[in-house]
Amino acid sequence: MDVFLNFLHENLLLIYLLIFSILLGIEVISKVPTVLHTPLMSGANAIHGVVIVGAIIVVLNADPKDVLTLSLGFVAVVMGTLNVVGGFAVTDRMLEMFKKKSK
Amino acid sequence: MNPSHLLDVLYLIASVTFVIGLKLLSHPESARRGNRIAAVGMALAIVGTLFLHPSEGEKAAEGTNIKLMIVGIAIGIGTIIGLLAAYRVKMTAMPQMVSIFNGLGGGCAALLAIAELKVQYAAATPLPSGLLLVLFTLFFGAVSFSGSMLAFAKLEELVKDKTLILPRHNVVNLVFIVALVALMGYMTWGVAASQGFNLGILLLVVALIYGVSFVAPIGGADMPVVISVLNSFTGLTAAAAGLIYDNLVMMVGGILVGASGSILTVLMCKAMNRSLLNVLIGSFGGSGTSSKQAEGEQVIKEVTLNDAAVQLYYSQSVVVVPGYGLAVAQAQKVCKELDELLSANGVEVKYAIHPVAGRMPGHMNVLLAEADVPYPKLLDLEDANAVLQHADIAIIVGANDVVNPAAEDDPGSPIYGMPVLKVWDAKHTIVLKRSMRSGYAGIENPLFFHKKTTMLFGDAKDSLQKLVAEVKTL
Repeated sequence: MDVFLNFLHENLLLIYLLIFSILLGIEVISKVPTVLHTPLMSGANAIHGVVIVGAIIVVLNADPKDVLTLSLGFVAVVMGTLNVVGGFAVTDRMLEMFKKKSK
Repeated sequence: MNPSHLLDVLYLIASVTFVIGLKLLSHPESARRGNRIAAVGMALAIVGTLFLHPSEGEKAAEGTNIKLMIVGIAIGIGTIIGLLAAYRVKMTAMPQMVSIFNGLGGGCAALLAIAELKVQYAAATPLPSGLLLVLFTLFFGAVSFSGSMLAFAKLEELVKDKTLILPRHNVVNLVFIVALVALMGYMTWGVAASQGFNLGILLLVVALIYGVSFVAPIGGADMPVVISVLNSFTGLTAAAAGLIYDNLVMMVGGILVGASGSILTVLMCKAMNRSLLNVLIGSFGGSGTSSKQAEGEQVIKEVTLNDAAVQLYYSQSVVVVPGYGLAVAQAQKVCKELDELLSANGVEVKYAIHPVAGRMPGHMNVLLAEADVPYPKLLDLEDANAVLQHADIAIIVGANDVVNPAAEDDPGSPIYGMPVLKVWDAKHTIVLKRSMRSGYAGIENPLFFHKKTTMLFGDAKDSLQKLVAEVKTL
Protein backbone atom coordinates (compact mmCIF):
# COMPACT_ATOMS: atom_id res chain seq x y z
CA MET A 1 0.00 0.00 0.00
CA ASP A 2 2.79 2.40 0.97
CA VAL A 3 4.63 1.64 -2.22
CA PHE A 4 1.54 2.40 -4.22
CA LEU A 5 0.83 5.67 -2.41
CA ASN A 6 4.43 6.76 -2.76
CA PHE A 7 4.33 6.02 -6.45
CA LEU A 8 1.15 8.09 -6.76
CA HIS A 9 2.71 10.90 -4.81
CA GLU A 10 5.88 11.02 -6.87
CA ASN A 11 4.07 10.90 -10.18
CA LEU A 12 1.03 12.92 -9.23
CA LEU A 13 1.22 15.46 -12.05
CA LEU A 14 1.77 12.73 -14.64
CA ILE A 15 -1.26 10.87 -13.40
CA TYR A 16 -3.34 14.04 -13.57
CA LEU A 17 -2.11 14.54 -17.12
CA LEU A 18 -2.97 10.96 -18.03
CA ILE A 19 -6.51 11.10 -16.67
CA PHE A 20 -7.34 14.52 -18.07
CA SER A 21 -5.95 13.62 -21.50
CA ILE A 22 -8.10 10.50 -21.57
CA LEU A 23 -11.20 12.45 -20.58
CA LEU A 24 -10.38 15.14 -23.10
CA GLY A 25 -9.88 12.61 -25.87
CA ILE A 26 -13.23 11.00 -25.11
CA GLU A 27 -15.02 14.32 -24.75
CA VAL A 28 -13.69 15.76 -28.01
CA ILE A 29 -14.60 12.73 -30.07
CA SER A 30 -17.94 11.66 -28.72
CA LYS A 31 -19.90 14.33 -30.59
CA VAL A 32 -18.38 13.78 -34.00
CA PRO A 33 -20.92 13.25 -36.80
CA THR A 34 -20.45 10.03 -38.79
CA VAL A 35 -19.69 12.11 -41.88
CA LEU A 36 -16.35 12.97 -40.37
CA HIS A 37 -15.30 9.58 -39.02
CA THR A 38 -12.92 8.81 -41.85
CA PRO A 39 -11.07 12.15 -41.82
CA LEU A 40 -11.04 12.08 -38.04
CA MET A 41 -9.50 8.65 -37.89
CA SER A 42 -6.96 9.68 -40.45
CA GLY A 43 -6.20 12.94 -38.59
CA ALA A 44 -5.81 11.14 -35.26
CA ASN A 45 -3.61 8.68 -37.08
CA ALA A 46 -1.30 11.53 -38.11
CA ILE A 47 -1.18 12.84 -34.53
CA HIS A 48 0.12 9.60 -33.05
CA GLY A 49 2.95 9.98 -35.51
CA VAL A 50 4.36 12.21 -32.76
CA VAL A 51 6.25 9.06 -31.82
CA ILE A 52 8.78 10.28 -34.40
CA VAL A 53 10.03 12.68 -31.72
CA GLY A 54 11.20 9.64 -29.77
CA ALA A 55 12.93 8.23 -32.86
CA ILE A 56 14.78 11.52 -33.36
CA ILE A 57 15.88 11.46 -29.72
CA VAL A 58 17.22 7.92 -30.23
CA VAL A 59 19.44 9.11 -33.06
CA LEU A 60 20.55 12.26 -31.23
CA ASN A 61 21.49 10.35 -28.08
CA ALA A 62 23.30 7.57 -29.89
CA ASP A 63 27.01 6.98 -29.92
CA PRO A 64 28.10 8.15 -33.41
CA LYS A 65 30.02 4.88 -33.85
CA ASP A 66 27.03 2.71 -32.91
CA VAL A 67 25.88 1.79 -36.40
CA LEU A 68 23.08 -0.51 -35.21
CA THR A 69 21.33 2.16 -33.15
CA LEU A 70 21.82 4.79 -35.85
CA SER A 71 20.34 2.50 -38.51
CA LEU A 72 17.40 1.56 -36.32
CA GLY A 73 16.84 5.26 -35.63
CA PHE A 74 17.13 6.12 -39.33
CA VAL A 75 14.48 3.61 -40.38
CA ALA A 76 12.29 4.63 -37.44
CA VAL A 77 12.47 8.29 -38.47
CA VAL A 78 11.56 7.42 -42.08
CA MET A 79 8.54 5.43 -40.87
CA GLY A 80 7.50 8.14 -38.43
CA THR A 81 7.75 10.82 -41.09
CA LEU A 82 5.62 8.77 -43.45
CA ASN A 83 3.02 8.45 -40.72
CA VAL A 84 3.02 12.17 -39.94
CA VAL A 85 3.35 13.72 -43.40
CA GLY A 86 1.23 11.14 -45.19
CA GLY A 87 -1.41 11.26 -42.48
CA PHE A 88 -1.83 15.02 -42.44
CA ALA A 89 -1.65 15.33 -46.24
CA VAL A 90 -4.23 12.66 -46.91
CA THR A 91 -6.58 14.11 -44.29
CA ASP A 92 -6.19 17.54 -45.84
CA ARG A 93 -7.05 16.12 -49.24
CA MET A 94 -10.22 14.53 -47.92
CA LEU A 95 -11.32 17.63 -46.07
CA GLU A 96 -10.73 19.81 -49.09
CA MET A 97 -13.66 18.04 -50.71
CA PHE A 98 -15.91 18.68 -47.77
CA LYS A 99 -15.10 22.35 -47.92
CA LYS A 100 -16.08 22.82 -51.55
CA LYS A 101 -19.69 21.98 -50.98
CA SER A 102 -20.24 23.57 -47.57
CA LYS A 103 -20.55 26.91 -49.39
CA MET B 1 18.72 31.04 -22.49
CA ASN B 2 18.50 27.32 -21.92
CA PRO B 3 17.49 25.64 -25.20
CA SER B 4 15.64 22.84 -23.45
CA HIS B 5 13.34 25.40 -21.80
CA LEU B 6 12.43 26.77 -25.20
CA LEU B 7 11.79 23.18 -26.32
CA ASP B 8 9.39 22.75 -23.38
CA VAL B 9 7.42 25.75 -24.64
CA LEU B 10 7.30 24.31 -28.16
CA TYR B 11 6.06 20.97 -26.80
CA LEU B 12 3.38 22.80 -24.82
CA ILE B 13 2.22 24.64 -27.92
CA ALA B 14 2.22 21.41 -29.93
CA SER B 15 0.15 19.60 -27.29
CA VAL B 16 -2.42 22.39 -27.32
CA THR B 17 -2.61 22.32 -31.12
CA PHE B 18 -3.34 18.58 -30.98
CA VAL B 19 -6.29 19.14 -28.66
CA ILE B 20 -7.62 22.09 -30.65
CA GLY B 21 -7.00 20.26 -33.91
CA LEU B 22 -9.01 17.22 -32.83
CA LYS B 23 -11.77 19.48 -31.55
CA LEU B 24 -12.00 21.38 -34.85
CA LEU B 25 -11.86 18.10 -36.77
CA SER B 26 -15.23 17.22 -35.32
CA HIS B 27 -17.14 19.89 -37.29
CA PRO B 28 -17.39 19.85 -41.07
CA GLU B 29 -16.71 23.58 -41.51
CA SER B 30 -13.67 23.76 -39.28
CA ALA B 31 -12.21 20.30 -39.90
CA ARG B 32 -9.62 21.33 -42.45
CA ARG B 33 -8.36 24.16 -40.28
CA GLY B 34 -8.12 21.75 -37.35
CA ASN B 35 -6.00 19.32 -39.32
CA ARG B 36 -3.66 22.10 -40.42
CA ILE B 37 -3.31 23.50 -36.91
CA ALA B 38 -2.33 20.07 -35.59
CA ALA B 39 0.14 19.71 -38.48
CA VAL B 40 1.80 23.02 -37.59
CA GLY B 41 2.08 21.88 -33.97
CA MET B 42 3.65 18.63 -35.11
CA ALA B 43 6.18 20.51 -37.25
CA LEU B 44 7.14 22.68 -34.26
CA ALA B 45 7.64 19.60 -32.08
CA ILE B 46 9.79 17.83 -34.69
CA VAL B 47 11.99 20.79 -35.64
CA GLY B 48 12.30 21.78 -32.00
CA THR B 49 13.48 18.30 -31.02
CA LEU B 50 16.04 18.31 -33.82
CA PHE B 51 17.75 21.51 -32.78
CA LEU B 52 16.94 22.07 -29.13
CA HIS B 53 16.97 18.63 -27.54
CA PRO B 54 19.61 18.48 -24.79
CA SER B 55 22.29 15.78 -25.04
CA GLU B 56 21.78 12.84 -22.72
CA GLY B 57 24.20 9.99 -22.17
CA GLU B 58 27.97 10.07 -22.45
CA LYS B 59 28.41 9.90 -26.19
CA ALA B 60 25.37 11.98 -27.02
CA ALA B 61 27.31 15.20 -27.53
CA GLU B 62 29.56 13.70 -30.19
CA GLY B 63 29.02 13.85 -33.91
CA THR B 64 25.99 16.12 -33.79
CA ASN B 65 26.32 17.13 -37.42
CA ILE B 66 26.33 13.57 -38.68
CA LYS B 67 23.29 12.73 -36.59
CA LEU B 68 21.41 15.79 -37.79
CA MET B 69 22.23 14.75 -41.33
CA ILE B 70 20.95 11.22 -40.71
CA VAL B 71 17.68 12.52 -39.30
CA GLY B 72 17.42 15.14 -42.04
CA ILE B 73 17.81 12.56 -44.82
CA ALA B 74 15.32 10.23 -43.11
CA ILE B 75 12.75 13.01 -42.82
CA GLY B 76 13.37 13.99 -46.44
CA ILE B 77 12.77 10.47 -47.71
CA GLY B 78 9.69 10.04 -45.52
CA THR B 79 8.24 13.37 -46.64
CA ILE B 80 8.65 12.71 -50.34
CA ILE B 81 7.18 9.21 -50.24
CA GLY B 82 4.45 10.29 -47.81
CA LEU B 83 3.33 13.20 -49.98
CA LEU B 84 3.42 11.15 -53.18
CA ALA B 85 1.35 8.41 -51.57
CA ALA B 86 -1.10 10.84 -50.01
CA TYR B 87 -1.77 12.74 -53.24
CA ARG B 88 -1.89 9.74 -55.52
CA VAL B 89 -4.13 7.44 -53.54
CA LYS B 90 -7.67 7.08 -54.81
CA MET B 91 -10.42 8.03 -52.40
CA THR B 92 -11.74 4.47 -52.59
CA ALA B 93 -8.44 3.17 -51.26
CA MET B 94 -8.48 5.49 -48.27
CA PRO B 95 -8.94 2.74 -45.65
CA GLN B 96 -5.86 0.92 -46.94
CA MET B 97 -3.83 4.13 -46.87
CA VAL B 98 -4.82 4.95 -43.29
CA SER B 99 -3.99 1.40 -42.33
CA ILE B 100 -0.49 1.62 -43.82
CA PHE B 101 0.31 4.97 -42.23
CA ASN B 102 -0.91 3.64 -38.92
CA GLY B 103 1.28 0.56 -39.20
CA LEU B 104 4.32 2.69 -39.98
CA GLY B 105 3.74 4.68 -36.81
CA GLY B 106 3.67 1.41 -34.88
CA GLY B 107 6.81 0.22 -36.67
CA CYS B 108 8.56 3.47 -35.76
CA ALA B 109 7.72 2.87 -32.10
CA ALA B 110 8.89 -0.76 -32.21
CA LEU B 111 12.29 0.14 -33.70
CA LEU B 112 12.69 2.95 -31.21
CA ALA B 113 12.02 0.49 -28.42
CA ILE B 114 14.61 -1.97 -29.75
CA ALA B 115 17.23 0.77 -29.80
CA GLU B 116 16.21 1.88 -26.32
CA LEU B 117 16.34 -1.70 -25.04
CA LYS B 118 20.03 -1.75 -25.88
CA VAL B 119 20.55 1.36 -23.77
CA GLN B 120 18.53 -0.05 -20.87
CA TYR B 121 20.40 -3.36 -20.69
CA ALA B 122 23.73 -1.55 -20.97
CA ALA B 123 23.00 0.13 -17.63
CA ALA B 124 24.52 -1.52 -14.54
CA THR B 125 21.15 -2.15 -12.92
CA PRO B 126 18.24 -1.76 -15.34
CA LEU B 127 15.16 -0.34 -13.67
CA PRO B 128 12.12 -2.65 -13.93
CA SER B 129 9.78 0.29 -14.52
CA GLY B 130 11.91 1.59 -17.38
CA LEU B 131 12.25 -1.86 -18.92
CA LEU B 132 8.52 -2.52 -18.69
CA LEU B 133 7.75 0.69 -20.55
CA VAL B 134 10.20 -0.16 -23.32
CA LEU B 135 8.85 -3.70 -23.63
CA PHE B 136 5.27 -2.41 -23.69
CA THR B 137 6.19 -0.01 -26.49
CA LEU B 138 7.95 -2.78 -28.38
CA PHE B 139 5.02 -5.16 -28.02
CA PHE B 140 2.22 -2.79 -29.04
CA GLY B 141 4.30 -1.14 -31.75
CA ALA B 142 5.04 -4.49 -33.35
CA VAL B 143 1.46 -5.75 -33.10
CA SER B 144 0.19 -2.52 -34.57
CA PHE B 145 2.71 -2.73 -37.43
CA SER B 146 2.08 -6.29 -38.56
CA GLY B 147 -1.65 -6.09 -37.81
CA SER B 148 -2.03 -2.97 -39.94
CA MET B 149 -0.07 -4.52 -42.78
CA LEU B 150 -2.37 -7.55 -42.79
CA ALA B 151 -5.39 -5.24 -42.61
CA PHE B 152 -4.00 -3.45 -45.65
CA ALA B 153 -3.51 -6.71 -47.49
CA LYS B 154 -7.05 -7.82 -46.69
CA LEU B 155 -8.61 -4.53 -47.78
CA GLU B 156 -6.58 -4.60 -50.97
CA GLU B 157 -7.81 -8.17 -51.37
CA LEU B 158 -4.29 -9.53 -51.57
CA VAL B 159 -5.21 -11.89 -48.77
CA LYS B 160 -8.57 -13.58 -48.53
CA ASP B 161 -10.38 -13.46 -45.22
CA LYS B 162 -10.37 -17.17 -44.63
CA THR B 163 -6.83 -18.10 -45.66
CA LEU B 164 -5.12 -17.33 -42.38
CA ILE B 165 -7.60 -18.72 -39.91
CA LEU B 166 -6.29 -21.63 -37.89
CA PRO B 167 -8.43 -24.19 -36.14
CA ARG B 168 -9.22 -22.92 -32.63
CA HIS B 169 -7.85 -19.55 -33.52
CA ASN B 170 -9.01 -17.96 -30.27
CA VAL B 171 -7.00 -20.45 -28.25
CA VAL B 172 -3.96 -19.81 -30.41
CA ASN B 173 -4.25 -16.09 -29.77
CA LEU B 174 -4.67 -16.64 -26.07
CA VAL B 175 -1.51 -18.75 -25.98
CA PHE B 176 0.32 -15.96 -27.81
CA ILE B 177 -0.75 -13.41 -25.22
CA VAL B 178 0.24 -15.57 -22.27
CA ALA B 179 3.60 -16.36 -23.86
CA LEU B 180 4.29 -12.71 -24.67
CA VAL B 181 3.38 -11.51 -21.18
CA ALA B 182 5.54 -14.23 -19.64
CA LEU B 183 8.44 -13.29 -21.89
CA MET B 184 8.09 -9.63 -20.96
CA GLY B 185 8.00 -10.53 -17.27
CA TYR B 186 11.11 -12.67 -17.61
CA MET B 187 12.93 -9.94 -19.51
CA THR B 188 12.08 -7.43 -16.79
CA TRP B 189 12.85 -9.37 -13.64
CA GLY B 190 14.61 -12.59 -14.47
CA VAL B 191 17.08 -12.16 -17.27
CA ALA B 192 20.81 -11.41 -17.22
CA ALA B 193 21.48 -8.06 -18.87
CA SER B 194 23.71 -9.67 -21.52
CA GLN B 195 20.81 -11.84 -22.73
CA GLY B 196 18.25 -9.09 -22.64
CA PHE B 197 18.79 -7.60 -26.08
CA ASN B 198 18.60 -10.91 -27.92
CA LEU B 199 15.39 -11.76 -26.11
CA GLY B 200 14.15 -8.33 -27.22
CA ILE B 201 14.56 -9.45 -30.83
CA LEU B 202 12.66 -12.64 -30.00
CA LEU B 203 9.89 -10.55 -28.44
CA LEU B 204 9.76 -8.40 -31.57
CA VAL B 205 9.41 -11.43 -33.83
CA VAL B 206 6.75 -13.12 -31.71
CA ALA B 207 4.80 -9.86 -31.37
CA LEU B 208 4.91 -9.39 -35.15
CA ILE B 209 3.49 -12.88 -35.65
CA TYR B 210 0.87 -12.24 -33.00
CA GLY B 211 -0.19 -9.05 -34.79
CA VAL B 212 -0.94 -11.10 -37.90
CA SER B 213 -2.72 -13.75 -35.89
CA PHE B 214 -4.74 -11.06 -34.07
CA VAL B 215 -6.14 -9.56 -37.28
CA ALA B 216 -6.41 -12.83 -39.21
CA PRO B 217 -9.85 -14.01 -38.04
CA ILE B 218 -11.43 -10.57 -38.42
CA GLY B 219 -12.76 -9.70 -41.80
CA GLY B 220 -15.68 -8.57 -43.86
CA ALA B 221 -17.69 -5.72 -42.47
CA ASP B 222 -15.55 -5.66 -39.33
CA MET B 223 -12.44 -4.26 -41.00
CA PRO B 224 -13.23 -0.62 -40.06
CA VAL B 225 -13.31 -1.63 -36.41
CA VAL B 226 -9.93 -3.31 -36.66
CA ILE B 227 -8.37 -0.25 -38.24
CA SER B 228 -9.77 1.87 -35.46
CA VAL B 229 -8.53 -0.52 -32.77
CA LEU B 230 -5.04 -0.61 -34.29
CA ASN B 231 -5.14 3.19 -34.47
CA SER B 232 -5.69 3.44 -30.74
CA PHE B 233 -2.99 0.82 -30.15
CA THR B 234 -0.48 3.02 -31.92
CA GLY B 235 -1.72 5.94 -29.83
CA LEU B 236 -1.05 3.98 -26.65
CA THR B 237 2.36 3.02 -27.97
CA ALA B 238 3.25 6.64 -28.60
CA ALA B 239 2.15 7.52 -25.08
CA ALA B 240 4.30 4.72 -23.58
CA ALA B 241 7.27 5.85 -25.65
CA GLY B 242 6.64 9.35 -24.28
CA LEU B 243 6.92 7.98 -20.75
CA ILE B 244 10.30 6.42 -21.60
CA TYR B 245 11.71 9.84 -22.45
CA ASP B 246 9.56 11.87 -20.05
CA ASN B 247 8.40 13.60 -23.18
CA LEU B 248 5.13 15.41 -22.60
CA VAL B 249 4.12 16.06 -26.21
CA MET B 250 4.41 12.37 -27.03
CA MET B 251 2.35 11.48 -23.99
CA VAL B 252 -0.42 13.98 -24.73
CA GLY B 253 -0.57 13.16 -28.44
CA GLY B 254 -0.51 9.42 -27.78
CA ILE B 255 -3.13 9.41 -25.04
CA LEU B 256 -5.46 11.68 -27.00
CA VAL B 257 -5.37 9.35 -29.96
CA GLY B 258 -5.59 6.27 -27.77
CA ALA B 259 -8.68 7.57 -26.00
CA SER B 260 -10.39 9.01 -29.06
CA GLY B 261 -9.61 5.89 -31.05
CA SER B 262 -11.20 3.72 -28.39
CA ILE B 263 -14.35 5.84 -28.34
CA LEU B 264 -14.57 5.78 -32.11
CA THR B 265 -14.25 2.00 -31.97
CA VAL B 266 -17.08 1.75 -29.47
CA LEU B 267 -19.28 4.02 -31.61
CA MET B 268 -18.68 1.79 -34.60
CA CYS B 269 -19.48 -1.37 -32.68
CA LYS B 270 -22.72 0.26 -31.57
CA ALA B 271 -23.59 1.01 -35.18
CA MET B 272 -23.31 -2.71 -35.85
CA ASN B 273 -25.01 -3.68 -32.60
CA ARG B 274 -22.15 -5.91 -31.52
CA SER B 275 -19.70 -5.84 -28.67
CA LEU B 276 -16.04 -5.13 -29.27
CA LEU B 277 -15.11 -8.53 -27.89
CA ASN B 278 -17.47 -10.16 -30.34
CA VAL B 279 -15.81 -8.32 -33.21
CA LEU B 280 -12.28 -9.11 -32.08
CA ILE B 281 -12.94 -12.79 -31.55
CA GLY B 282 -14.06 -12.59 -35.10
CA SER B 283 -15.02 -15.31 -37.51
CA PHE B 284 -17.70 -13.06 -38.93
CA GLY B 285 -19.39 -13.99 -42.16
CA GLY B 286 -18.91 -17.15 -44.14
CA SER B 287 -19.57 -19.28 -41.08
CA GLY B 288 -23.08 -17.83 -40.91
CA THR B 289 -25.36 -20.58 -42.06
CA SER B 290 -28.55 -18.64 -42.50
CA SER B 291 -31.55 -20.55 -41.34
CA LYS B 292 -33.67 -19.23 -44.17
CA GLN B 293 -31.70 -20.42 -47.13
CA ALA B 294 -34.08 -22.65 -49.02
CA GLU B 295 -37.47 -21.47 -48.00
CA GLY B 296 -39.95 -21.88 -50.83
CA GLU B 297 -39.51 -20.39 -54.28
CA GLN B 298 -36.84 -17.74 -54.55
CA VAL B 299 -37.82 -15.59 -57.49
CA ILE B 300 -35.75 -12.75 -58.77
CA LYS B 301 -37.35 -10.08 -60.89
CA GLU B 302 -35.20 -8.23 -63.34
CA VAL B 303 -36.08 -4.77 -64.55
CA THR B 304 -35.26 -3.31 -67.96
CA LEU B 305 -33.27 -0.11 -68.21
CA ASN B 306 -36.17 1.70 -69.78
CA ASP B 307 -38.61 0.70 -67.03
CA ALA B 308 -36.18 1.67 -64.32
CA ALA B 309 -35.56 5.04 -65.95
CA VAL B 310 -39.28 5.75 -66.28
CA GLN B 311 -39.95 4.75 -62.69
CA LEU B 312 -37.20 6.99 -61.41
CA TYR B 313 -38.05 9.94 -63.63
CA TYR B 314 -41.73 10.11 -62.74
CA SER B 315 -41.48 9.48 -59.02
CA GLN B 316 -41.81 12.02 -56.24
CA SER B 317 -38.90 10.99 -54.11
CA VAL B 318 -35.90 8.74 -54.60
CA VAL B 319 -33.47 7.55 -51.96
CA VAL B 320 -30.06 6.42 -53.17
CA VAL B 321 -28.31 3.85 -50.99
CA PRO B 322 -24.64 3.78 -51.93
CA GLY B 323 -22.30 1.00 -50.84
CA TYR B 324 -18.79 -0.10 -51.49
CA GLY B 325 -19.77 -1.31 -54.95
CA LEU B 326 -20.33 2.31 -55.94
CA ALA B 327 -16.86 3.12 -54.76
CA VAL B 328 -15.22 0.21 -56.55
CA ALA B 329 -16.91 1.15 -59.81
CA GLN B 330 -15.86 4.79 -59.32
CA ALA B 331 -19.49 5.61 -60.00
CA GLN B 332 -20.00 8.50 -57.60
CA LYS B 333 -19.86 11.14 -60.37
CA VAL B 334 -22.35 9.35 -62.62
CA CYS B 335 -24.54 8.92 -59.60
CA LYS B 336 -24.48 12.66 -59.09
CA GLU B 337 -25.35 13.17 -62.78
CA LEU B 338 -28.43 10.97 -62.43
CA ASP B 339 -29.32 12.91 -59.31
CA GLU B 340 -29.17 16.20 -61.25
CA LEU B 341 -31.35 14.90 -64.09
CA LEU B 342 -33.97 13.64 -61.67
CA SER B 343 -33.87 16.76 -59.53
CA ALA B 344 -34.44 18.87 -62.65
CA ASN B 345 -37.71 17.02 -63.09
CA GLY B 346 -38.77 17.80 -59.54
CA VAL B 347 -37.84 14.48 -58.01
CA GLU B 348 -36.56 14.80 -54.50
CA VAL B 349 -33.28 12.88 -54.32
CA LYS B 350 -31.64 11.96 -51.02
CA TYR B 351 -28.77 9.68 -50.07
CA ALA B 352 -29.02 7.21 -47.21
CA ILE B 353 -25.66 6.60 -45.60
CA HIS B 354 -25.27 3.69 -43.24
CA PRO B 355 -22.66 4.29 -40.52
CA VAL B 356 -20.57 1.36 -41.70
CA ALA B 357 -21.23 1.63 -45.44
CA GLY B 358 -18.04 1.33 -47.42
CA ARG B 359 -15.01 -0.06 -45.68
CA MET B 360 -14.43 2.67 -43.20
CA PRO B 361 -17.00 4.67 -41.25
CA GLY B 362 -17.81 7.83 -43.16
CA HIS B 363 -16.10 6.46 -46.28
CA MET B 364 -19.23 7.02 -48.41
CA ASN B 365 -19.47 10.62 -47.30
CA VAL B 366 -15.95 11.24 -48.48
CA LEU B 367 -16.66 9.64 -51.86
CA LEU B 368 -19.89 11.56 -52.40
CA ALA B 369 -18.17 14.76 -51.30
CA GLU B 370 -15.61 14.06 -54.01
CA ALA B 371 -18.48 14.06 -56.52
CA ASP B 372 -19.84 17.37 -55.16
CA VAL B 373 -23.05 15.98 -53.74
CA PRO B 374 -24.36 18.71 -51.39
CA TYR B 375 -24.02 17.94 -47.70
CA PRO B 376 -27.74 18.28 -46.73
CA LYS B 377 -28.69 15.55 -49.19
CA LEU B 378 -26.88 12.94 -47.13
CA LEU B 379 -29.06 11.34 -44.46
CA ASP B 380 -27.82 9.27 -41.57
CA LEU B 381 -29.44 6.02 -40.51
CA GLU B 382 -32.37 7.37 -38.47
CA ASP B 383 -33.30 10.19 -40.82
CA ALA B 384 -32.96 7.90 -43.79
CA ASN B 385 -35.31 5.30 -42.34
CA ALA B 386 -37.88 8.02 -41.65
CA VAL B 387 -37.62 9.29 -45.23
CA LEU B 388 -37.70 5.76 -46.67
CA GLN B 389 -41.18 5.20 -45.27
CA HIS B 390 -42.58 7.76 -47.69
CA ALA B 391 -40.12 7.32 -50.53
CA ASP B 392 -41.30 6.07 -53.90
CA ILE B 393 -38.11 4.35 -54.89
CA ALA B 394 -35.02 3.21 -53.08
CA ILE B 395 -32.19 2.63 -55.51
CA ILE B 396 -29.36 0.54 -54.10
CA VAL B 397 -26.00 0.98 -55.72
CA GLY B 398 -23.48 -1.59 -54.64
CA ALA B 399 -24.66 -1.87 -51.04
CA ASN B 400 -25.64 -5.23 -49.65
CA ASP B 401 -25.23 -6.05 -45.98
CA VAL B 402 -26.47 -2.66 -44.77
CA VAL B 403 -29.83 -3.24 -46.50
CA ASN B 404 -30.28 -6.84 -45.45
CA PRO B 405 -33.71 -7.52 -43.92
CA ALA B 406 -32.30 -10.64 -42.23
CA ALA B 407 -30.80 -8.27 -39.66
CA GLU B 408 -34.36 -7.57 -38.55
CA ASP B 409 -36.19 -10.85 -38.82
CA ASP B 410 -33.75 -13.76 -39.07
CA PRO B 411 -32.17 -14.65 -35.71
CA GLY B 412 -30.00 -17.23 -37.50
CA SER B 413 -28.24 -14.57 -39.56
CA PRO B 414 -24.80 -13.43 -38.41
CA ILE B 415 -25.86 -9.81 -38.73
CA TYR B 416 -29.12 -10.24 -36.80
CA GLY B 417 -29.67 -7.16 -34.66
CA MET B 418 -27.50 -4.82 -36.68
CA PRO B 419 -29.41 -1.61 -37.45
CA VAL B 420 -30.01 -1.51 -41.20
CA LEU B 421 -31.52 0.82 -43.78
CA LYS B 422 -35.12 -0.31 -44.22
CA VAL B 423 -35.27 0.05 -47.96
CA TRP B 424 -38.21 -2.36 -48.12
CA ASP B 425 -40.34 0.40 -46.56
CA ALA B 426 -40.12 2.35 -49.79
CA LYS B 427 -42.84 1.65 -52.36
CA HIS B 428 -40.34 0.10 -54.69
CA THR B 429 -36.73 -1.00 -54.60
CA ILE B 430 -34.26 -1.18 -57.47
CA VAL B 431 -31.03 -3.02 -56.78
CA LEU B 432 -28.03 -2.35 -59.00
CA LYS B 433 -25.74 -5.30 -58.64
CA ARG B 434 -23.04 -6.98 -60.60
CA SER B 435 -24.22 -10.53 -59.96
CA MET B 436 -26.00 -12.62 -57.38
CA ARG B 437 -22.82 -13.02 -55.37
CA SER B 438 -23.25 -12.29 -51.68
CA GLY B 439 -21.73 -9.16 -50.20
CA TYR B 440 -18.32 -8.50 -48.72
CA ALA B 441 -19.40 -10.17 -45.50
CA GLY B 442 -20.56 -13.25 -47.38
CA ILE B 443 -24.14 -13.30 -46.17
CA GLU B 444 -27.24 -14.21 -48.13
CA ASN B 445 -29.58 -11.24 -48.65
CA PRO B 446 -33.33 -11.96 -48.80
CA LEU B 447 -33.95 -8.42 -50.03
CA PHE B 448 -33.16 -9.53 -53.57
CA PHE B 449 -36.10 -11.94 -53.47
CA HIS B 450 -38.46 -9.45 -51.86
CA LYS B 451 -41.71 -8.82 -53.73
CA LYS B 452 -41.05 -5.08 -54.01
CA THR B 453 -37.54 -5.58 -55.35
CA THR B 454 -36.38 -5.53 -58.93
CA MET B 455 -32.81 -6.15 -59.99
CA LEU B 456 -30.72 -4.36 -62.57
CA PHE B 457 -27.62 -6.48 -63.17
CA GLY B 458 -24.34 -5.02 -64.34
CA ASP B 459 -21.38 -2.96 -63.22
CA ALA B 460 -22.64 -0.08 -61.06
CA LYS B 461 -21.06 2.64 -63.17
CA ASP B 462 -22.13 1.06 -66.41
CA SER B 463 -25.73 0.65 -65.25
CA LEU B 464 -25.88 4.19 -63.94
CA GLN B 465 -24.51 5.56 -67.20
CA LYS B 466 -27.12 3.66 -69.17
CA LEU B 467 -29.82 4.90 -66.78
CA VAL B 468 -28.62 8.47 -67.30
CA ALA B 469 -28.77 7.97 -71.07
CA GLU B 470 -32.30 6.52 -70.81
CA VAL B 471 -33.54 9.30 -68.58
CA LYS B 472 -32.21 11.85 -71.05
CA THR B 473 -34.39 10.42 -73.81
CA LEU B 474 -37.56 10.78 -71.74
